[in-house]
Amino acid sequence: MHLALFIIFGALCVAGALNLLFQRHPINSALSLIVVMSSLAVLYLLLGAEFLAAAQVIVYSGAIMVLFTFVIMLLNAGEEQRTHGSKMAYFAGVPGAAILVSLLTFIFLSNRGNFAQARIGDYIASTGDLSRVLFRDLLLPFEVTSVLILIAILGAVALARKEH
Amino acid sequence: MIPIAWYLALSGILFSIGVAAFLIKRNIITVFMSIELMLNAVNLSFVAFSRNWSQITGHLQVSGQIFVFFVMVVAAAEAAVGLAIIIAVFRARNTLNVDQVDLMKL
Repeated sequence: MHLALFIIFGALCVAGALNLLFQRHPINSALSLIVVMSSLAVLYLLLGAEFLAAAQVIVYSGAIMVLFTFVIMLLNAGEEQRTHGSKMAYFAGVPGAAILVSLLTFIFLSNRGNFAQARIGDYIASTGDLSRVLFRDLLLPFEVTSVLILIAILGAVALARKEH
Repeated sequence: MIPIAWYLALSGILFSIGVAAFLIKRNIITVFMSIELMLNAVNLSFVAFSRNWSQITGHLQVSGQIFVFFVMVVAAAEAAVGLAIIIAVFRARNTLNVDQVDLMKL
């Protein structure tokens, strides 16, 4: 059960990310990123992070991606054109990413004896568990992030305003 | 029962695809989306390590999940400001291609 869900949604994640890489039109990339983020929410649920799965759907695949698609449609972004710089990035980026992926997966999989085995249903972190830590031990950072959000809203409005 | 290392390997794969997309894509919005993909990959590794620590210590540890919570909050703020910057750049230069937004280049 756990293995099947992991394989299905892990494959969906990788397929969505590759589709983001290969699509030329930004709206297609945005839609495949929504697939990636929603499948990640399922993987969080498998790892027992209930609250984060809900927050992932609401914040990432909800709010942030709506913002992205809104901006793509507002700016009427078309298909991207290939330029000289992109060819250079192609020759540097593809081998670099291939080295990175093989290195990371090799390190993690060769040390898999040091990691625990995850079973579905164990160690479920409920919203209560999370908020006990968040509002008791980390109250100051939490309040500081609310100030950060306020500043970000003001900055976004100031930056995007049309100048007269 | 599957090993936590598989989740970490998946997160590494997603991060590398994000790096490749960041380097290859020429549209400024898609470049920004690949940054979000990298953030998501790191979030997955945080959750996996949190679960690993719970399993090793024998009782629930939520510090890794708290990290992910803060990353999500900062990513939301960053997306709002970044997209506002993209709109401002588009107004000034009338293009979304990153190769044509190189005013600071020597």
